[in-house]
Amino acid sequence: MTTKLMQGNEAVGWGAIAAGCKFFAGYPITPSTEIAEMLSRELPKVGGKFIQMEDEIASLAACIGASVGGSKSLTATSGPGFSLMQEHIGYAAMTEVPVVIVDVQRLGPSTGQPTSASQGDVMQSRWGTHGDHPIIVLCPVTVGQSFELAVKAFNYSEKYRTPVILLLDEVIGHMREKVDLPDFDSVERVERTATDVPPEWYKPYGDSLSDVPPMANFGEGYRYHITGLFHDILGYPTTRLDEIDPWIERIHRKIERNLNDITLVEEDLSESDKTVVVAYGASARSARHAVKLARQRRTKVGMVTLLTIWPFAEDEISRVARIAKRIIVPEMNLGQLALEVERVAGRKKVIRVNRANGEMVTPQMILEAIEDR
Amino acid sequence: MPTQVEHTEYMYLRPTKKFPNVWCAGCGIGIVMGALIRAIDRIGLDKDEIALVSGIGCTGRMPVYMDFNTMHTTHGRALAFATGLKIARPNMKVITIMGDGDALAIGGNHFIHAARRNIGITAIVVNNAIYGMTGGQYSPTTPIGSKAATAPYGNIEPPMPICDVAKAAGATYVARSTVYHSVELDRFIEQAVRKNGFSLVEAVSYCPTTFGRMNKLGTTVDMMRLLKENSLSISAAEKLTPEEREEKIVRGVYYDVEKPEYTQLYEELIHNVQQAEAARLERA
Repeated sequence: MTTKLMQGNEAVGWGAIAAGCKFFAGYPITPSTEIAEMLSRELPKVGGKFIQMEDEIASLAACIGASVGGSKSLTATSGPGFSLMQEHIGYAAMTEVPVVIVDVQRLGPSTGQPTSASQGDVMQSRWGTHGDHPIIVLCPVTVGQSFELAVKAFNYSEKYRTPVILLLDEVIGHMREKVDLPDFDSVERVERTATDVPPEWYKPYGDSLSDVPPMANFGEGYRYHITGLFHDILGYPTTRLDEIDPWIERIHRKIERNLNDITLVEEDLSESDKTVVVAYGASARSARHAVKLARQRRTKVGMVTLLTIWPFAEDEISRVARIAKRIIVPEMNLGQLALEVERVAGRKKVIRVNRANGEMVTPQMILEAIEDR
Repeated sequence: MPTQVEHTEYMYLRPTKKFPNVWCAGCGIGIVMGALIRAIDRIGLDKDEIALVSGIGCTGRMPVYMDFNTMHTTHGRALAFATGLKIARPNMKVITIMGDGDALAIGGNHFIHAARRNIGITAIVVNNAIYGMTGGQYSPTTPIGSKAATAPYGNIEPPMPICDVAKAAGATYVARSTVYHSVELDRFIEQAVRKNGFSLVEAVSYCPTTFGRMNKLGTTVDMMRLLKENSLSISAAEKLTPEEREEKIVRGVYYDVEKPEYTQLYEELIHNVQQAEAARLERA
């Protein structure tokens, strides 16, 4: 273990290397560029490869291509680039190719405010590409967690054959904190399930007990077809309903039946907390401070931090809603994840604390909401 | 007793893929597919070594029929996907198959930059001067004056010279032929696939269903005859005036040079970085 002072963006890069990432393709954009810079320096040292592509569309395309070739792949971007990547997030979901996308959120819409923080891409990370598809989105609160969740992002991506989005914000990306980096060899790494059948029996999109079919890499003797069209179990285009329906059900089921594994939540609650703050990313830092101040004043308040924002932690928030009378959701947007909290909170009061001008939601704003009864 | 006719092409078609294919009767794309298979067969490449990456459109449907590692990607982005795959698997022969709209309009930026990097990918552009699958809208290679579904009064945009763009951008092999000159096309594709660098073959084709119908060019046979009569070799074209040349399809190898290939340069970079790093750790 080594202790270092570093940015969230750097921690993401180290997490990727610890997870076994061997390919990065990206395009410079504030406030994510440090990830590309550090990986251009570090990847060749571990035999990995870095390429700066001509735009973000090409970046994610190259990542998917490299992943099909067997390399764990990463790209990193921010709002405008994330918008450009949406088509290929859908392509990765459709073709079930593992890939990790980092979006360090900045203030939008459009060019917005490149050096200001935001949590404005919460809904885009869920629904940005067209069509129904599952997605996993992770949100670190600290620099150390940026490392840990980068590793998790790769592991989920390989395990479930799905794109995974690591959603930072400018605060976490650029903030420096002390991080205890583990020995990389001790980090748990998940590899995609390889097939063990003879090539002529291989069905790239066939049924499997786990709902995640084994994935053969190109160039290893399993010649098959990959397409963004709806496809049958061999990967060939299909328009048959009896092939489309089971596919759509399976790709959702492979995530839904593993919510226990995927939904990462930190709870700091007691049964008597009538007010609970639900937060994620940089806003969770303000929220934790506000909760601490409130407790010093003997106000009973609980705190739930969502590290996985998609799929949404329905069970956990429903449980909170059974205990609490009021749920406070601070966000650096005009209320995006609050919509989900409201959806599962029933008749319990959901109080939004929002700021969408590039500044953080302050602990004071959240404290006022906690004490405003 | 009927004699058994052996077609080389059949050995490279997928036994599990249902035919017929998606193309209209008389389409030229199948000829390019045959040319590609014959080129691969002549080089003697192993099927496992080959990856075909395509975009969207009529031409984008080509890889699915062939028994290689095949990837049908998004519109215009075949070269970007292929770039990642080639970097991850430098020993594979990565071949992209694109249409004119696919490669040069939506994918124009990737086309330029893949050529600029001189990455070892073969790009085959089937140029039928129209968006066929969506019903015949004008493309970046539609000739001036031609009619299209979105150019009902005739196209006023000048066509893009594919080979000139590839050469200027940095490709190391550039050739053009037509689907009528299939023996020549086989040879150019073979040379392109053998090339260690970014290689481009423009296969001039035609679309009888949309372009031919809207421009009253007759049957498939008439359009084939047009390719024959309206094209000539580079040496013959040199005798024409620039104005006369404009009207012709000039066939031949435009450019063939040797330059360092991208993935090899990167392997060298890794080797050098790792050696320097090992030396640094030894000193420390």
